[in-house]
Amino acid sequence: MTTTMEPTRELDVTPAAEELPEPIAKVSIIISKGSLDGVYPGLIMANGARMDGIEANVFFTFFGLEAITKKRQDKIKVATVGNPGMHMPTLLGVLPGMSWMATKMMSRKMEKLDFPPVSEFVEMIADSGAGIYACKASVDMFGLEPEDFVPQVTGVITVGEFYEQAAGGEIVFT
Amino acid sequence: MTTTELTDVDRDADGFLRDPQQWNAEIAVQIAHEAGIEELTPRHWQVVSYMRDTYLATGEAPSIRTLGKASGVPIKELYALFPKGPAKLAARIGGIPKPHGCI
Repeated sequence: MTTTMEPTRELDVTPAAEELPEPIAKVSIIISKGSLDGVYPGLIMANGARMDGIEANVFFTFFGLEAITKKRQDKIKVATVGNPGMHMPTLLGVLPGMSWMATKMMSRKMEKLDFPPVSEFVEMIADSGAGIYACKASVDMFGLEPEDFVPQVTGVITVGEFYEQAAGGEIVFT
Repeated sequence: MTTTELTDVDRDADGFLRDPQQWNAEIAVQIAHEAGIEELTPRHWQVVSYMRDTYLATGEAPSIRTLGKASGVPIKELYALFPKGPAKLAARIGGIPKPHGCI
């Protein structure tokens, strides 16, 4: 009979279920995309981490740099091309004004849910004590200067320095 | 004088009061101690009261963004006062349910 198996299985499960996993104490979030739908998830995760008392750093790389570039951060748009989640045929997505319209619609919805615009969101996250970093390789590639960035940027760092910063925590790539 | 003890009130697994009506200032101080805040300063109280009053008036706890804009305590200071998370901690101390928003 299978009854002989029952106690063993129970013994295996019970102690493990009682042992709670270690809570997350630190996260390093990488934001690599320059569309609205590419930038917000990382910002929400960083802010959410701080709201729960979790240490957080945000590292902006490649087109993600748009979110911390003074002239660009509040002009970030929703990607209407190559974005199946939009439920929009690719050929429609390329029409003039389409991305503007999608961005407008999404921004209105987000404002209703109390999502701040990108500039205010970055400021909130910096004020919460999180580090805001720009990726040196991308900064060099795009020919950006320190004065191109918003004042919340803590520093321009190399990938090696990023890993040093990330020590002892989780890394989330978005 | 009667003192309300934490054991006298009904709380959920995360330490939030199930019934905001069971709350009083003594309870607030005890929950703050439990969360590592030695003393509730007038600035702490400003946040806790704003949190509680908004919840009692609207049925919803304010987001951290609203808290920073409307409580009179800016975000930087909110995190200095409540290092383990201002919105949730102020809600717990203020005797209201755990806030559920993502922002």
